[in-house]
Amino acid sequence: MTLTDPAPAAPIAPAAGRVTDRRSARAFVDTHVVPRADAYDREGRVPEDLLSQVAEAGLWAPFLPPGSGGIGMDMVTLGEVHEEVGRGCSSLRSLLTVHTMVAWTVQRWGTAAQRDRWTPALGSGAVLGAFCLSEPGAGSDTAGITTTAVESGGGWVLNGVKTWTTGGQRADLFLVFARTAASIGAFLVGRDAPGVRVRPIDDMLGTRASMLAEISFEDVELGPDALLGPSGFTAGMVLTGTLDLGRYSVAAGSLGILQACLEASSAYAAHRRVGGSPLRDLPLIQAKLSDMVTDARAARLLLAEAGRLKDAGDSATLMATWIAKYFASTAAVRHAAEAVQIHGANGCSPDFPVARLYRDAKVMEIIEGSNEIQRITIAGQAEREKTPCP
Amino acid sequence: MSVTAIDQILAFVRERYPQAEIDASQDIFALGFVNSLFAMELVMFVEKTFEVTIPNEELRIDNFRTADTMATLVARLAPDAAAA
Repeated sequence: MTLTDPAPAAPIAPAAGRVTDRRSARAFVDTHVVPRADAYDREGRVPEDLLSQVAEAGLWAPFLPPGSGGIGMDMVTLGEVHEEVGRGCSSLRSLLTVHTMVAWTVQRWGTAAQRDRWTPALGSGAVLGAFCLSEPGAGSDTAGITTTAVESGGGWVLNGVKTWTTGGQRADLFLVFARTAASIGAFLVGRDAPGVRVRPIDDMLGTRASMLAEISFEDVELGPDALLGPSGFTAGMVLTGTLDLGRYSVAAGSLGILQACLEASSAYAAHRRVGGSPLRDLPLIQAKLSDMVTDARAARLLLAEAGRLKDAGDSATLMATWIAKYFASTAAVRHAAEAVQIHGANGCSPDFPVARLYRDAKVMEIIEGSNEIQRITIAGQAEREKTPCP
Repeated sequence: MSVTAIDQILAFVRERYPQAEIDASQDIFALGFVNSLFAMELVMFVEKTFEVTIPNEELRIDNFRTADTMATLVARLAPDAAAA
């Protein structure tokens, strides 16, 4: 096992109905997600029956090894699967993203006892995970974290407030980042631990069904086995690695939004007529569609490169993932706006998916590191390496 | 001690920080440019290059202070890789 390859698994024959690749993911999403995604958005939650179907399809953590509910899926394929889910519903993809981050982190950094305790349940979806980093006063600025974990009696006492926690309304297990005496540590905290309070956050701009919550921790007593990963100078690696994988998933989800915009716009332009001709015959509409096609392909290549580097355990995946997320999320916003424009007033109505796609796309530019942070980091890395054009 | 492993580690650090002038015994943390990002890159590089898995208990700062100490860690985890 390496940092980016947590699951060197022997091939197994997947169960019938299980999602194993892009094709099966697309079929699952078209059957179970696309027809109801707008309803989830309006209702502000992903229903339990869909969460169960996701579990039956083995979608929660397919990268885990066999025996832990996974099939050892490689990162390139995982990106393709998350793209397909994002094409159908960004809220569901967001739930997958944070669950992926928790499951991967336990698998990569957990002790044997922590892995034995949590990964089978995370792999099957019996336990859903959520990622708690942002605070009311600190989002992308992780240096501003004020939640504390103080050693006490061989364990820890956790105090603080986390917000914008995707899936927080539903999750069973929180991966909480808190300041310790030495660094920032990662802690596994059960939802039912005394002192944990969950306050739903509703009516957000986008990913409205992702069941966001504010999570408060008041004198939450944790055992020594709550701390995940190394302490000391490498503790930040847990956060870096977890965010990297989340960013990869968000890049994939952004690409999924872009692909959905393309498919919706192409279908609409083929049927909608103006001046006696299909909308698609207009050069300005063709220009918009051709730009969507081009950017979707470019984003897909960037994502695949990041995935291949992850599978190879190559540290260059960090920058590749920043670039993929930055490109895919900005392209999603750009083209979601054009998709609404192509649909005209229909695009502003609840009868077509592009309004949801437009709102969801904007969120992608903010989560897992705002795009401003991404650009600062990309520029800084290029300057550091002095090799902007490898 | 394998000169090859040390050279590979030094080459990686110098590639990331061309302006840094370091040798095998120099404490890279004392130079002030190591952050959690570079620490992760460093660990990934060592794991990939020498085909080792670094357990949590070995992720101690003293193992990563210099190219010498990193090569010693590699030798401990995978003697064949360090000697290659």
